[in-house]
Amino acid sequence: MEAIIDITNAIVLILNYIIVPGLSYGSQLALGALGITIIFGILRFANFAHGDTMAFGTMVTILVTWWLQSKGVSLGPLPTALLALPVGIVFTIGIMVATDKLVYKHYRRHKSAPVTFMIASMGVMFMMNGIVRFIIGPNDQRFLDGERFIVRARDFKVSTGLSEGLSIKVSQGLTIVIAVLLVLALFWFLQRTRTGKAMRAYSDNEDLALLSGVDPDRVVLVTWILAGILATIAGTLYGLDKSFKPFTYLQLLLPMFAAAIVGGIGNPIGAILGGYVIAFSEVMVTYAYKKVFIYLLPSSLEPSGLMQLLSTDYKFAVSFIILVLVLLVKPTGILKGKVI
Amino acid sequence: MSFLAGSNMVGGYGGADILKGCTVEVDEGEIAVIVGPNGAGKSTAMKALLGMLELKSGSVTFKGKDITHLTPQARIAEGIAFVPQTSNVFVNMTVYENLEMGAFLRDDDITQTVEQIYELFPVLADKQNQLAGELSGGQRQQVAVARALMSQPSVLMLDEPTAGVSPIVMDELFDRIIEVRQSGVAILMVEQNARQALNIADKGFVLVIGENRHTDTGEALLADPEVRRSFLGG
Amino acid sequence: MSSELKTKLAFAMVAGLLLIIGFSQSWSVALGIFNLCLISAVMALGVNIQWGYAGLLNVGIMGFAALGGMAAVLVSQAPVAAAWEAGWAKLALAAIFFLATVIGTRLCYRKMSPGRHRTLSMTAIIILGLIMVRYWLDPAVASIEAIESAKTGFLGGMGLPIIFSWIFGGFVAAGIAWVVGKVALGLRADYLAIATLGISEIIIAVMKNEDWLTRGVKNVTGLSRPVPYEINLQTTEWFINLVSWWHSGTLSALSKTDQAGVLKQAVIESSSIFVKLCYTGLFASVLIIVLLLSVKALNSPWGRMMRAIRDNEIAAGAMGKDVTRRHLEVFIIGSAVVGVAGAMLTTLDGQFTPTSYQPLRYTFLIWVMVIVGGSGNNMGSVLGGFLIWIIWIEAEPVGVWLMQFGTSWMDEGNSLRIHLIDNAQHMRLFFMGLVLLLVLRFSPGGILPEVVRRRS
Repeated sequence: MEAIIDITNAIVLILNYIIVPGLSYGSQLALGALGITIIFGILRFANFAHGDTMAFGTMVTILVTWWLQSKGVSLGPLPTALLALPVGIVFTIGIMVATDKLVYKHYRRHKSAPVTFMIASMGVMFMMNGIVRFIIGPNDQRFLDGERFIVRARDFKVSTGLSEGLSIKVSQGLTIVIAVLLVLALFWFLQRTRTGKAMRAYSDNEDLALLSGVDPDRVVLVTWILAGILATIAGTLYGLDKSFKPFTYLQLLLPMFAAAIVGGIGNPIGAILGGYVIAFSEVMVTYAYKKVFIYLLPSSLEPSGLMQLLSTDYKFAVSFIILVLVLLVKPTGILKGKVI
Repeated sequence: MSFLAGSNMVGGYGGADILKGCTVEVDEGEIAVIVGPNGAGKSTAMKALLGMLELKSGSVTFKGKDITHLTPQARIAEGIAFVPQTSNVFVNMTVYENLEMGAFLRDDDITQTVEQIYELFPVLADKQNQLAGELSGGQRQQVAVARALMSQPSVLMLDEPTAGVSPIVMDELFDRIIEVRQSGVAILMVEQNARQALNIADKGFVLVIGENRHTDTGEALLADPEVRRSFLGG
Repeated sequence: MSSELKTKLAFAMVAGLLLIIGFSQSWSVALGIFNLCLISAVMALGVNIQWGYAGLLNVGIMGFAALGGMAAVLVSQAPVAAAWEAGWAKLALAAIFFLATVIGTRLCYRKMSPGRHRTLSMTAIIILGLIMVRYWLDPAVASIEAIESAKTGFLGGMGLPIIFSWIFGGFVAAGIAWVVGKVALGLRADYLAIATLGISEIIIAVMKNEDWLTRGVKNVTGLSRPVPYEINLQTTEWFINLVSWWHSGTLSALSKTDQAGVLKQAVIESSSIFVKLCYTGLFASVLIIVLLLSVKALNSPWGRMMRAIRDNEIAAGAMGKDVTRRHLEVFIIGSAVVGVAGAMLTTLDGQFTPTSYQPLRYTFLIWVMVIVGGSGNNMGSVLGGFLIWIIWIEAEPVGVWLMQFGTSWMDEGNSLRIHLIDNAQHMRLFFMGLVLLLVLRFSPGGILPEVVRRRS
């Protein structure tokens, strides 16, 4: 009996510190990586501005949320930000479509090399970053309201009698639910609709898609719309779950790129898989397993150290090492992506 | 005037002219074949008909209309279909989705056309839910032709459809092309396998350095001793 | 316009900008900006070697600059004897195990035939090796960091004059670049970009966390200087004499009582300018050396081969050029130059703060310099380094001034006005992006494009 309780406690620990955070962080990365991978699939370049696009969409959402809050509007237990999200999405789509017209279209018409697009995206990144910092400032912003937890650690302990608590934040639950719904909708769109198929065809074989009568301008437009939706939702969910700070969003670029490439760039399923692979590796490698071992091992074998593989500050190293390993072992990613 | 005709076409890809006044044409229910040595401008002639390169002079007419200045997309919408030599299927899409993409510009019900395609290429019916990238070379070629036919074109252009497939597959593919002709479609193709292609051709064009060297019926060209000696290996 | 004339005009414009700053703000400010211009130019030259010569997209410049900065610490700080005593043996063991792991993994990779056995044995060696390294490293780190953690808590450095770190920084950056290049070169351009972005983040993470090496976020302040201190100058006789000679005109017009006060003020001001001038001399020498070497290299057979590889990798490969090896060379050389610049920067700052390394400032800004200046053209990179740094610095006061001017019709206390003025500084990011995009669009070769030489 004692042993079973110990094992249950260890499982709860892992659930609480690895599975739940991994799932929600993974969902956020997956949505971000989906945006990157779709842009890559259609427009064939690595978009360095994606992190800042996320920040922009989140910023608009935050501003609208604050306005709603000041008017006394709320969603009860759910965060008000959900109401503001559509506005954020619309603004983000607007700025992305405008960017395409003003920046990328020119290079597309001249059939420039992907590197040129990439450098242009650095310029866009700077501008977006400037806009976001100018409007909302470089500091941390919190905009979460409503209920904080779905499951509270204390309630969980009381109702189960275990000594370890499990807590699930509303933001985590929301992230997972919204990510699943969004991904389902995206795949329905790509697999079932005419426009979605046109996009897949264009990504698969541009020339043949043109020969089949696909309108490239329309495909590009829809790509930016999808990227705008994904970026804003991913950014807002991340902001609700952690907090909003423009610099953090720039740093998210690396794990998101890693997720997209690890899964197989240009491949949407790969991006989702990559998001979870990166997120879980980060969480697992930087978690201190000491308590888990205390529950599982006899007290004579109790570990002295924290049993942490890497300090949390090395989480970038994790995404990077996985990225390099995959690139060396299987350059097309876990699921086959594009090789150009 | 022929159904689809490119007359006295001159042009190239920016540098020196590749086409130096060549004429190719095809009528409904006919197979026309362009043959000739490497670098003769066979594929370029076909691309000119499709609008993929700017002509310096000469004209392209289709159904009696001058289409010289239409974009490739517009020509496709007019009823011309093209099967490129390579990368001619969507490898990450299923066979059925490839057919759907072929019918992308159609608004009507495509089930009947799909049925007809499956009758023409029975193997595709079995593989309809398989990714085109997983098929064998010959099957892929069938998907490529099938995709082009899905738009119910009045002209089907094929760029070396038998390149890299085995002789058996080649014969089968030519049989299918003859069947397609029977439905009244005009077929224009570039071929390396000149002898076999001329065998099934109603018209043949032998191009050399961007110009027509010989133009005649397929039969006549096969019988012409000079054509045999120079282009058909005796 | 001939390219030579254009170069002269462009640099005259930069000089004009600096003069305007000198007259309108102060000469000390102008000189300070000029010093950072020099460092930026060296950094931009390093990136130009990689991108302009060879087409390698390194988005990890920040990391190499930080390595140079770390070198400044490791060279100039006095060694902490107690820390060495406490930790050296364990540290050495950790290092030995680390080397053994690397060599073992390599041997395994080389000697065994590919397959599951090799993968398994390599994984086993790496895991075992890491455990052994951690087993020795963790206590070593703990004992080193325990020693006077508020003051030192790290191994310290070699206690050499800091100027040696400029060379050492180049070597450290080159060494890391060799490792990085071995792993990441040969990847597609965009993957290389992302890989280098990742490496730079890791380098910064190491510097923030490995307190035993760099003091981490506790920073290392008060680095020694290669130039005199203002405070010492102010009491040095020859310097006071120099200042009074320089100002003799104004001084003689004053009464004896006023003279002492004015002279004292002048000495204080001049000492700061003098120190900056010393730095200018040092940095300018480095820039000139790097520039001369770069120009020589670019015009040598090696440079021609590099450009051939850049313009057509496949053709160059087919002609028997070892593309990967050449790329590795150029990657190492470029990174070393960035490392030198990084060491110079930390020397100028007098402190090493790992948290100050941010990609926008240390990676992407350098990219803007290279692209705007003219990739493939060394003078272009130097120009870009100067011009972009001036814009970067001056965009802040100009932006604030513009905002103040633009909102002057509003109330003093208007919250929007306050917000706009407070946040105006961030608009410089916006302008940087705008400049980059405008140049990329309307003058893709940059202000001074690469000069294509043709044999007549």
